[in-house]
Amino acid sequence: MNFLQLIQDPNTQWILAGTLLLGICSGVIGCFAYLRKQSLMGDALAHAALPGICVAFMLTGTKSIIGFLIGALVAGVVATFAIGYITRESRIKQDAALGIILSVFFGIGIVLLTKIQHSSYGNQSGLDKFLFGHAAAMVSDDVKIMALICAFLIFITWLLFKEFKIVSFDPNFAKGLGFPIKLLDQLIMLLLVVAVVVGIQAVGVVLMAAMLITPAVSARYWTNKLHYMIILASAIGGISGIGGTLLSSLGNNLPTGPLIVLSATVIFVFSLLFAPNKGVIAKMRVRYYMKKTTKHSIENSIMTATKPKEGQS
Amino acid sequence: MSSFWIILIGSLVACSCSIVGCFLVLRKMSMVGDAISHAVLPGIVIAFLLSGSKEPIFMIAGAIIFGLLTVYLISMFSNSGVQADAAIGVVFTALFAIGVVLVSLYTRQVHIDLDHVLYGEIAYAQWDLISVAGIDFIPRSVWLVGAVFLVNILLITTFYKQFKLCAFDPIMAAALGIPVVFFHYLLMTLVSVTTVISFDSVGAILVVGMLIVPAATAYLLTEQLSKMIVISCLIGICCSAGGYYLAFLLDASIAGCMVTIAGLLFTITLFFSPSHGVISKMIRRKQLSRKMASNDATL
Amino acid sequence: MASPLSIRNLSVAYQKKVVLENISFSVPKGKLIGIIGPNGAGKSTLIKAILDLVPSISGDVSIFGGSYEKNRKSVGYVPQRESVDWDFPTDALDVVTMGRYGKLGWIKRPSQKDKEIARQCLEKVGMSEYSNRQISQLSGGQQQRVFLARALAQEAELYFMDEPFVGVDAATEKAIIALLNSLKNQGKTVLVVHHDLNTVKEYFDWVMLLNVSLVDVGPTEDIFTTEALQKTYGGKLTMLDGESSPIIIN
Repeated sequence: MNFLQLIQDPNTQWILAGTLLLGICSGVIGCFAYLRKQSLMGDALAHAALPGICVAFMLTGTKSIIGFLIGALVAGVVATFAIGYITRESRIKQDAALGIILSVFFGIGIVLLTKIQHSSYGNQSGLDKFLFGHAAAMVSDDVKIMALICAFLIFITWLLFKEFKIVSFDPNFAKGLGFPIKLLDQLIMLLLVVAVVVGIQAVGVVLMAAMLITPAVSARYWTNKLHYMIILASAIGGISGIGGTLLSSLGNNLPTGPLIVLSATVIFVFSLLFAPNKGVIAKMRVRYYMKKTTKHSIENSIMTATKPKEGQS
Repeated sequence: MSSFWIILIGSLVACSCSIVGCFLVLRKMSMVGDAISHAVLPGIVIAFLLSGSKEPIFMIAGAIIFGLLTVYLISMFSNSGVQADAAIGVVFTALFAIGVVLVSLYTRQVHIDLDHVLYGEIAYAQWDLISVAGIDFIPRSVWLVGAVFLVNILLITTFYKQFKLCAFDPIMAAALGIPVVFFHYLLMTLVSVTTVISFDSVGAILVVGMLIVPAATAYLLTEQLSKMIVISCLIGICCSAGGYYLAFLLDASIAGCMVTIAGLLFTITLFFSPSHGVISKMIRRKQLSRKMASNDATL
Repeated sequence: MASPLSIRNLSVAYQKKVVLENISFSVPKGKLIGIIGPNGAGKSTLIKAILDLVPSISGDVSIFGGSYEKNRKSVGYVPQRESVDWDFPTDALDVVTMGRYGKLGWIKRPSQKDKEIARQCLEKVGMSEYSNRQISQLSGGQQQRVFLARALAQEAELYFMDEPFVGVDAATEKAIIALLNSLKNQGKTVLVVHHDLNTVKEYFDWVMLLNVSLVDVGPTEDIFTTEALQKTYGGKLTMLDGESSPIIIN
């Protein structure tokens, strides 16, 4: 069918809705991850979700999306705690802690996955779809659940906006004011896990990090105000979601997840180059202008200094 | 006999990874290792498409080019104001996405199921004409992995002082005339080569585990870089052997089990390391409190 | 009237090293107190331990007769400038308004009144025209003033300031000291971690000499003597004969 027919197809519309929600969700919480220098946490959490999903499948024996989501959530929470614990209680720095949790959890996940696939009912598990995402398999029920989760995430962020802001900007000061910074940290982590859980269905475990990072970084180039940054990031995320989905419908073998990521990356490169004030081209123009005016004012000074004064011969 | 080969290859992979991984951990570049291991995928695919052959040499070339490209792009974005961790994330996900798209587009020519890329073992093994599923390693990969191991050992020991100083104090190294940038890219090249050769046995995504976890474990056990490298290699060998037997017991992925054992060893060390373990620190803190209390009593 | 700050047997250790040993003191209300000591003396750590930002191995902290948790609303804090990422997307007024968050509690947004108080605090530090300036575009001295304004917005009775004069130009330093004096005249108590020994006599009416353990604390004229300083700095001080008082180099 042609393009117009395609986007009027209700199945496609559900998929578009799903990827739109993914983009919005990850854009919102991705901003906080970025500002807290925890961009790669999303990558670690996405990989860590795999064993959770496998355990959920092994316990329930069914492909229930709720089961998978809960499994991923529990694994994500454990991973968050582990990363924090390692960073706090040992000399291991955060980047190594992330790498450790990412690979170990994922390794355990692969062990469970291969065990499941070797077992009798394993081949129908559809679990490996979680690795690269399978946006095309999203059905209305999945999307409705995603919408609820997304609404919840946005609501909490809106409700606790000033708390998230201060705990991200100056946690010591926030603690002094009486805010429980550990609790708030965990809550932000939890929302991050929630966004990951929503997103891995569409883009998969490996590429989920992109949706949390790229829209937020892009948005930072366009504004200096936190609330605008969040709105912009969610818009960029949503556009990438829809854009990638539409692009993948153009061909036969094109995978949705990577195309969503590439759409976001294109917007990022555009922002990097063309954003006013912060973009590379804007900065180059300022530098060029400064060079010219400095040169000009130096020349002027020389001129006025060497000009013969009035009344003198 | 095959279990010997498997464990040998796993050990060589683990040791090669540990040697460079120690420097990644010390330079706080663990996630750059993760990034490179993902980003080499498009390099391998393009190398195959351009050369029309699955010979490892092309694969390695493609991996090196994309490994260095990754590092270069990360630096470029970092220098133009993007936060370092975000720069890593943007670059490797974009490159990996390109790789996945290329693999999907040229599926028919390569006989690769997209699903298999995630395991890495099977996908990259097909590039190398080595049958995998962890049961039967043809000794040819022993040559490849062995060669990488020797190259790593050779380069790191030859330039040990330089690598060490660049990791510990790059500014001082530069002041002494050491070409810091060159050694940085040399290290990244070693990571790329080690990564791509390790794909056979451990898979793309799990290479990160072998790069980081044994090195981090060793970091908790010693204060000396040389000891750290040796200990992480020993840990890597344990992971390889332990992982193989665990996989046999559970009937599961060898690579996954290797990393699981690595995680187990790390956790044990985290708590019980005599110098840096959590339990040891708790005991020391209690002793200190008691000492201070008795000091008060005597005052 | 309970003392604003009373410490008993406070000790802090970092791994195997003791950084603060058995600190006990009590300060009176309405004083401007300088905390002095060499590098590594534990000056910043003292403030952080009082505010429960670092764990202590022993000790009691009493603020206005109660625990810190109980009376935290009476405490204002100006941390070191490096403790924050100044690239955060926010402006000067927004940062000062954050000082009001303690009074707001959970979920409630800052009201017009809170924003007005924040504006007034910015004016007190001479930064009114920078209200809407992105904080990364502020100079070091300006950032310090914003932090100060934020502490003022807390409307506290007891203030802790960690090296407020570091990297700050002379004009800003004068402005800050004037502000601290006006706080003192309002009956507030201010403790300042300070590094420049040559300005101690001029700035502070009380002084605390610290080097892992408490050397002495009290009125500046009594405590700030050559012998006490030599004891605090372990003989690492060089003192030149200045006009009215020795010039100290450390």
